[in-house]
Amino acid sequence: MAQLTRRSLRLLRPTSAARLLTTTASTAPISIETSLPFTGHNIDPPSRTVETSPHELLTFYRDMALMRRMEIAADSLYKAKLIRGFCHLYDGQEAVAIGMEAAITRKDCIITAYRDHCLYLGRGGTLLEAFAELMGRSGGCSKGKGGSMHFYKKENGFYGGHGIVGAQIPLGCGLAFAQKYSKDENVTFTMYGDGAANQGQLFEALNMAALWNLPAILVCENNHYGMGTAEWRAAKSPSYFKRGDYVPGLKVDGMDALAVKQACKFAKEHALKNGPIILEMDTYRYHGHSMSDPGSTYRTRDEISGIRQERDPVERIRKLLLAHDLATEKEMKDTEKEVRKEVDEAIAKAKEIPAPDTSELFTNVYVKDFGLEAFGPDRKELRTVLP
Amino acid sequence: MAATILHGVGATTALSSINYNNSRRSLPERKRTSLVIQCDGSLSSGLNISNNRGAKLSTNAVATKQENVTASTTSKPGLRHELLLFEALREGLEEEMERDPHVCVMGEDVGHYGGSYKVTKGLADKYGDLRVLDTPIAENSFTGMGIGAAMTGLRPIVEGMNMGFLLLAFNQISNNCGMLHYTSGGQFKIPIVIRGPGGVGRQLGAEHSQRLESYFQSIPGIQMVACSTPYNAKGLMKAAIRSDNPVILFEHVLLYNLKERIPDEEYVLSLEEAEMVRPGKHVTVLTYSRMRYHVMQAAKTLVNKGYDPEVIDIRSLKPFDLHTIGNSVKKTHHVLIVEECMRTGGIGASLTASINEHFHDYLDAPIVCLSSQDVPTPYAGALEEWTVVQPAQIVAAVEQLCQ
Repeated sequence: MAQLTRRSLRLLRPTSAARLLTTTASTAPISIETSLPFTGHNIDPPSRTVETSPHELLTFYRDMALMRRMEIAADSLYKAKLIRGFCHLYDGQEAVAIGMEAAITRKDCIITAYRDHCLYLGRGGTLLEAFAELMGRSGGCSKGKGGSMHFYKKENGFYGGHGIVGAQIPLGCGLAFAQKYSKDENVTFTMYGDGAANQGQLFEALNMAALWNLPAILVCENNHYGMGTAEWRAAKSPSYFKRGDYVPGLKVDGMDALAVKQACKFAKEHALKNGPIILEMDTYRYHGHSMSDPGSTYRTRDEISGIRQERDPVERIRKLLLAHDLATEKEMKDTEKEVRKEVDEAIAKAKEIPAPDTSELFTNVYVKDFGLEAFGPDRKELRTVLP
Repeated sequence: MAATILHGVGATTALSSINYNNSRRSLPERKRTSLVIQCDGSLSSGLNISNNRGAKLSTNAVATKQENVTASTTSKPGLRHELLLFEALREGLEEEMERDPHVCVMGEDVGHYGGSYKVTKGLADKYGDLRVLDTPIAENSFTGMGIGAAMTGLRPIVEGMNMGFLLLAFNQISNNCGMLHYTSGGQFKIPIVIRGPGGVGRQLGAEHSQRLESYFQSIPGIQMVACSTPYNAKGLMKAAIRSDNPVILFEHVLLYNLKERIPDEEYVLSLEEAEMVRPGKHVTVLTYSRMRYHVMQAAKTLVNKGYDPEVIDIRSLKPFDLHTIGNSVKKTHHVLIVEECMRTGGIGASLTASINEHFHDYLDAPIVCLSSQDVPTPYAGALEEWTVVQPAQIVAAVEQLCQ
């Protein structure tokens, strides 16, 4: 029976990026079957049996609980008018972020659309930076100038954070192109939703990725609703993993973190050898599309609570932990309390960070290169120094 | 439009001592010193720009081999070679690709075909298919791909076969290219160059004769430059590639076959500077791209009539070089803008507003702006000619302005 110390569970601490801290939780492998088999399109799906370890399961639990708590806290902050504008929450979909991180390294790139808070956290972002950015403070990951839809972490391979539906897909292919150009054996996970799956740029980008064998993995997070429009009302063929036609696809149960991990590992191997692959993650969001959307006008509350009871990702891991005797109820409750405390502390600290200085309005519009002192019409003299 | 144009620059030799070395020297033999050339012809070696205004400039509008051009005083001996504008662009591109392995090209038919205007001819054979990438016809996504690649540190040059096609990529250019540096708090820079020919002149029809400067000019975070001679085409291409900001380089379909002698030495021009084509004292004529030649043609007539126009090729469409323009306005007190952009919301409109705002006290008369008509470009030759500004109209405008 693994003894859980506080230290063993800290994986999303700001300072340490190491995921495998020495811990008393064992890393002895255990095999678990995914809840559903994978469905393949033009490809043989991987096996249902996933190798994992108690340590990994515990970290899954903690990380997902953290993400869930962060999103719920963001909900209250939004209602308290501390977060303004658009706020798209990821609760319900945490398994996708967690499973993906477990399968890849920080050298691989992830790019996604605007539902990016949890992916940012998974990529090594801190709670403090996330909340500061959401509240528009200068300590945020984008200095408060990006907002909810523009979280980035360049050094950890997280490329954002994009507001326009589908525009990140060609960018993702560009990241894959750069990886192929520099021959560094990494892949890019380009994430989009079922709403964006009908965009032309997706198919244009797919064509190019397949043509040049780019190591791009396109992940469709299918939460079945493109804002208020159900998938069957928007797409003639809602089997998004099959829409690539000549590009192979895999349908994955996106509420099962282990299935996601298996699929991403499989996809990474495939992309490095054979070019692009589409992963469709069958997932669900509990909140509406964004905080301005109640989320109940186009779906029934029964549907939401039904999914919460039967398919909730955090619940699934909790049941696994209990079934394999890896943690007790009390320990898990303690973890949740800890996580809640961490989130509250981060929010309190973030509230104290000041808003960005007015001069920041004009910074980062251009990169100051060639030693140019000023841009714009009020320039009195010009000084240039060649590199 | 194949006039040979010589405008004096500080680093030229006197014409009499030029060796007409028509054979192009290959890249490795050239000297590798880089200089920044200021618009008034002076060489800048670092910090003291304002004092170097002693160099004299050629005052002739058009020079041919027979005419004697009064060359500048401070001349550095350097060999020159003659080439066409598209070859100058290619030379600049090739030098930068040679210098930095991160520079790559992507566009339709740029690789095996050599580019629809031959700007990338031969580069695919030299650098391979990945570095000179033939894309499918998907402007939105290959521009997006270029921007994504730029986020990681590559320096792509995206070619739009015709500027009008880049309208399809407007989403990527505006939302991602222009904004990512800002919204990421400075984490990502986008050192991309987006270039392509636009403009009216070959009876290509309405959709293929568009001028997109006015659509792009409001996008914050990008720089726009327009080249007009082989000399500044090569210099601006190199500067655009070296710049860490996204730059849109506007070329013109009719100017690709312009011939000029340019220095063998490596040079990079400044992206934010305007070029003094012809100093004068009666009126400041601001222009760019192809209209420069119409203006110079009108200038010949005007000189004969006794006027002394100062012609400035603004080159930098965003941001405007109000330093050079301002100094000129303070001297002449009359401004005429001649552009090929549309009248409504064009570059001239912004420039008019800008000059009015900053130099209102120096103006003796309202600014006159001559632009293209607000019509889709017709196919018929005579009609097409009248959509753009003609030299006769420029002459009439100057005469009226200077009354």
